[in-house]
Amino acid sequence: MSRLIKHHLFWPGFALVALVVLNTVARPRFIEISVQHGALYGAPIDILRNSAPMMLVALGMTLVIATRGIDLSVGAVMAVSGAVALTIIDGSDSPGSVGTVLIAILVGVGVSLILGVWNGFLVSVLKIQPIIATLVLMMAGRGVALLITDGFITTVTSDPLKYVASGHLLGLPFAFFIWVAAVAVVSLVERRTALGVLTEAVGINPEASRLAGVRATGIILGTYVVSGGLAGMAGVIYSSNIMAADANAAGELIELYAILAVVLGGTSLAGGKFSIAGTVIGVLIIQTLESTILFLGVSSAQSPVFFAAVVVLVVLIQAPAVHRAARQFVQRRSANVPDITPGTEVAR
Amino acid sequence: MSTSTTEPTKPQERGTDAVVEMRGVTIRFPGVLALDRVDFTLRPGEVHALMGENGAGKSTLIKALTGVYSVDSGTIAVSGTERVFSSTADAQAAGISTVYQEINLCPNLSVGENVMLGHEPRGLRGIDWRTTHRTAAEHLRSLGLELDTQTILSSHSIAVQQLVAISRAMVLDARVLILDEPTSSLDRDEVEQLFTVIRGLRDRGVAILFVSHFLDQIYEISDRITVLRNGTLVGEYAIDDLPRGELVTKMIGRELDELEAISVSAERAIDRTVAPVIKAEGVGRKGVLEPADLDVFPGEIVGIAGLLGSGRTELVRLLCGADRPDTGTLSVHGKVTRLSTPRHALERRIAFSSENRRAEGIVADLTVAENIMLGIQARRGWLRKVRKQEQDAVVAEYIKALGVRPADPNRKVGDLSGGNQQKVLLGRWLATAPELLILDEPTRGIDVGAKADIQRKVAELAEQGLAVIFISSELEEVLRLAQRVAVMRDRRQIGVLESSAVDVDGVIDYMATVGEGSVA
Repeated sequence: MSRLIKHHLFWPGFALVALVVLNTVARPRFIEISVQHGALYGAPIDILRNSAPMMLVALGMTLVIATRGIDLSVGAVMAVSGAVALTIIDGSDSPGSVGTVLIAILVGVGVSLILGVWNGFLVSVLKIQPIIATLVLMMAGRGVALLITDGFITTVTSDPLKYVASGHLLGLPFAFFIWVAAVAVVSLVERRTALGVLTEAVGINPEASRLAGVRATGIILGTYVVSGGLAGMAGVIYSSNIMAADANAAGELIELYAILAVVLGGTSLAGGKFSIAGTVIGVLIIQTLESTILFLGVSSAQSPVFFAAVVVLVVLIQAPAVHRAARQFVQRRSANVPDITPGTEVAR
Repeated sequence: MSTSTTEPTKPQERGTDAVVEMRGVTIRFPGVLALDRVDFTLRPGEVHALMGENGAGKSTLIKALTGVYSVDSGTIAVSGTERVFSSTADAQAAGISTVYQEINLCPNLSVGENVMLGHEPRGLRGIDWRTTHRTAAEHLRSLGLELDTQTILSSHSIAVQQLVAISRAMVLDARVLILDEPTSSLDRDEVEQLFTVIRGLRDRGVAILFVSHFLDQIYEISDRITVLRNGTLVGEYAIDDLPRGELVTKMIGRELDELEAISVSAERAIDRTVAPVIKAEGVGRKGVLEPADLDVFPGEIVGIAGLLGSGRTELVRLLCGADRPDTGTLSVHGKVTRLSTPRHALERRIAFSSENRRAEGIVADLTVAENIMLGIQARRGWLRKVRKQEQDAVVAEYIKALGVRPADPNRKVGDLSGGNQQKVLLGRWLATAPELLILDEPTRGIDVGAKADIQRKVAELAEQGLAVIFISSELEEVLRLAQRVAVMRDRRQIGVLESSAVDVDGVIDYMATVGEGSVA
């Protein structure tokens, strides 16, 4: 039991389970899953589907944060990617063909990769502080997206594009498969190659890594490229969901939610050790919470406060200081000695 | 001159009563005894030098005195009253001010604002700026400094900023002023100016604790010296009773222990007809190290002797790509090479183990195995991960060969003791199969057992043909291992000695006297 509690995923997992249980107790319908036309429906399925954009962004963010960095530009990159992809589909003669949509997605993601290279170049080669370096693109990106769409919200009609966010495969949302695949590929690459451990080494102790011959520049640049590419795919999914490229609303505030997810998952903002599984749980916590707000019918005026309150709770149950205090409290009760001053060792 | 007046009499009698009295101060960090029952006395109107090599406990003592660390046992009395400092603010309130090497003022504020920060005179409409600047100017003038207090602090030289920091300490009405390496980035004239100010303060009855690695300056300014070594007090001396050579001996210390048993590798004959593994000719860097020459042959151990700050670390960092030299040439196996990064050097099979184990050596949150593999893996690149079985074999080999305790490859390296961390690092570098191994203070702050293990391993590897550069503050260690010893002083190489021709005293003499009086 104590080993279970010490596992780094215990508290994030606990928070997620607690959230699901609370929802189910409040309204048992929450975990009901129904089958319609061979596809599964229900709140849990919605959560898995709606998680996709944030999951991709948070995945990239995890790697960036592991190198002591941060990528604020992900939301703007989503907007650019969506704008590029939808402009291509909109301008095409056959917006409904799979080929057109595939090319549009590839170009959208490709542009995002280039934006990632830009971020990575500023951070790793020019040594600009990550928060400033990515702030540049955060602010400029939406402007670029607006230029691409001529200031309009580009809407398209295209079944293959619609499938990306709304389609089903084997009864499950296609978007779910996208993020599962991304998580699987990134996890495999990080852990089966030496990339993961070298990334952590650079994040934990950059100078020691440099003296050990680690090519920190390339590794750091790479994380921003991956972050950019994943944000690009997230932008495509977002656009597919609303079938429009909205330069202002696409990925709005997603950088902050992604950072929150990474932290909830147990990866320290100070860099170093990272947990992809933790980030997955972190995103699911946030997404479940958003569903909870809808599901419990919290009014839109109350929802931000409700959201914040729950996040504070989740953060608190993970805080080591709270664990210590709780342990001391339990020990004091069980020792049944009323007046122990704080800090005194209690005999076990 | 009596050296320890401990009877608690009335305060404020210059020269006799201690303003600071530390008794039996002990500070423990996980796995390290940083200070072991140290006594320290500071009297009003004296400049007291605190001497010791890195890791001797100087900065720990200062931090105990300034409230950064709390003491585990022992007492600190200020002006006869026992105090427990729980923060730096406590210490400041008790009249203890510190001017650090890196100045901790606000560079973007004006000189006057910095001097008066937090103590600005107030008028009806908030802070009275005119009086603030006038008072600041008065404080500065009392230190012999004519400055426009409206100018921005960062527009002044480091020396002036340091004097501003001292003025600020005076505003706080400090009775104790701690100067931690104040002269390391000053030129000769600036040092003179600083010393004039220090003397003025001393004559006003301020007690000054002075830390510097420059012996010339210590002898120029100090009245009294306290020497620490390995966290213990060696002694307190009046400056006239302690000649330079003796001071150095006391700082470095002698250890007559099991280390003597290590086969004297120094007497091995070295074949110097082949090309040296590395040859440095006139390698230097402006403001860091004057041009130096050094060559190391296969199987040879070359020691570098010199106090901290003498340029010994600076020299080897130029040989391994950690820093870039701006003069001179480097040849590896007879071929002129430019080593611009540590990676470059590792490709040429030159490995460098930094003296700063925590900041530049271990990757604390990674495991022992990951730390050992880091060098190899970095060279192979991220795509070609060393296979698990191969990793296990390499890691097991070095854990065994070097005697890492606990012998658990999955333990976080940050949880190991200093000696075992050092062994893990040695394993990392040896795993890269180096031809030249540069070890900067590999045995500092580690226990005698681990020290002997490391020395034995180094001697053994050299016998098998590895070229080694070995830096240590412990001259016995250097002389026991090395065939030749390069002696450094004040960022200059002052000579290379055959170790068979000298003993420890000979090296100390050489270190302390050759080129004495030269500008730091």
